[in-house]
Amino acid sequence: MMTSDELTKVVGQICPMNIVVDSAGCFRSAGPTLQKLRPDMAWKGETFFDTFELLRPRRVNSMEDLLKTAGTKLHLQFREAPQTSLKGVLVPLPNGKGALINLSFGISVLEAVRDYDLTSADFSPTDLTIEMLYLVEAKSAAMEASRQLNLRLQGAKIAAEEQAFTDTLTGLKNRRAMDHILDRQIGLGNDFALMHVDLDFFKEVNDSLGHAAGDAVLQNVARVMVECTRHTDTVARIGGDEFVIIFEGVNEPKIVEALSKRLISLLEEPVPYGGRLCKISASAGTTLSVWNEEPISAAVMLHQADLALYAAKRAGRSRHLFFEEGMQKDEAQASSHGAA
Amino acid sequence: MHGLINRAIQAFVVSTYGEERWSDIMDSADLGFAQFEAMLFYTDEQSTKMLTAMEKQLERPLPEILEDTGTFLVSNPQVEALRRLLRFGGVNYVEFLHSLDDLPDRARLAVADLELPALELVENSSGQFELICQPGLPGFAYVLMGVLRAMADDYGDLVILDHRGTQDGAEVISITLVETDFAEGRTFDLGAHAL
Repeated sequence: MMTSDELTKVVGQICPMNIVVDSAGCFRSAGPTLQKLRPDMAWKGETFFDTFELLRPRRVNSMEDLLKTAGTKLHLQFREAPQTSLKGVLVPLPNGKGALINLSFGISVLEAVRDYDLTSADFSPTDLTIEMLYLVEAKSAAMEASRQLNLRLQGAKIAAEEQAFTDTLTGLKNRRAMDHILDRQIGLGNDFALMHVDLDFFKEVNDSLGHAAGDAVLQNVARVMVECTRHTDTVARIGGDEFVIIFEGVNEPKIVEALSKRLISLLEEPVPYGGRLCKISASAGTTLSVWNEEPISAAVMLHQADLALYAAKRAGRSRHLFFEEGMQKDEAQASSHGAA
Repeated sequence: MHGLINRAIQAFVVSTYGEERWSDIMDSADLGFAQFEAMLFYTDEQSTKMLTAMEKQLERPLPEILEDTGTFLVSNPQVEALRRLLRFGGVNYVEFLHSLDDLPDRARLAVADLELPALELVENSSGQFELICQPGLPGFAYVLMGVLRAMADDYGDLVILDHRGTQDGAEVISITLVETDFAEGRTFDLGAHAL
């Protein structure tokens, strides 16, 4: 039969965090790693319940209760700081001589190695804790590298989006592209017409049938506009339901007049969506580069087209007007348009 | 070749020779990009182009540069993570050497698609080892030489390393442990890693 000293030695090798308690709950011995956690503690003679708080199972207040937990998982922590939490399992010793309790850190091991300055010598050679610590560090390093890559990719994506010239919903050019093309037309000294189109009753479709219906309408509008224009013309979506069309090489109103009528009537054809029909219309205003004196300003021409558009709205919507000198955007009309 | 390996070489060149030299290398490698990403994968052809350009630009034999890269990876504070991961292999240098057998598996645990050649440590007599490095990653044995040298310093041991050439397709590094505790090594604190 093994003496208790011999037992302590053998178990200490394999389970450096074991404790042996007698039938009264007093420590008879504690493993070397456990002693390292409480260097100032004598262990021998002190009691289990004074040292540890048993968190689970609950209502274990006596040595008798404790022995009944044999084989089940114990959750406990030190009563004094640092209150490292521990896992454990109890095995009763033969002939009512108390019990052997083996403890381990569980997930608290990450803080424990730091708090107690543990080294690999403090763990049994078969213990996987060192491998786990290795894995935690390796995975954190790999995760950090991945995170850095994601940040760079996100930055690149934002930059690409900023540089993009396409409106992703409709596939039309966007405001930025329109500005570029307008500047280029002016720079090259080309004649062109600038039409500003604003949808009528679009907000009603959005409000009554939802944004998905609104998106379907916008996509249909884009299709119609591209079909009504030539390959050399530029169709851009510059706002929620605002569009600009640049007609290259146009120096008289006649062509635009005919085209605008056709465009508005095509846009008034109801768009089926989810069993319902979405009905919209459009107002438009146009100015020509030949009506402007050199040097032509993109901002001035955009403003002229805008004034013509407002005049068309004011004249009852669903129509197209050319810019005329003296057109004014009166404040009351502007705010009523903004609300529409 | 895994981005981590390409990136490691980039880190070494940038830290030792500066950003400009690295740009020159990548310009002459003509890969269409200037930086390797650690978590992406590159073809062997891309890596080879970079290595060839590097050898030419730095005007040094490639094995020498690779060995310095290995040393850099362990001893430069910039890449402390790798040194720490290697130190998990053992409490002393001999234990560390024995852990090299597991290195490819350990690497895969950390980064699933990182394939390193199989390594086998043979102990010929006390303090005399041969590390057999299987083919698959050209030049890896030279990087390892640098790593082994720097890790010996890290543990405070004195070793003599020698690249013995190729045996049955595998490269052989002889390792002679001259003195343990030759110098005070660097400390390794299990819990130093900030979580």
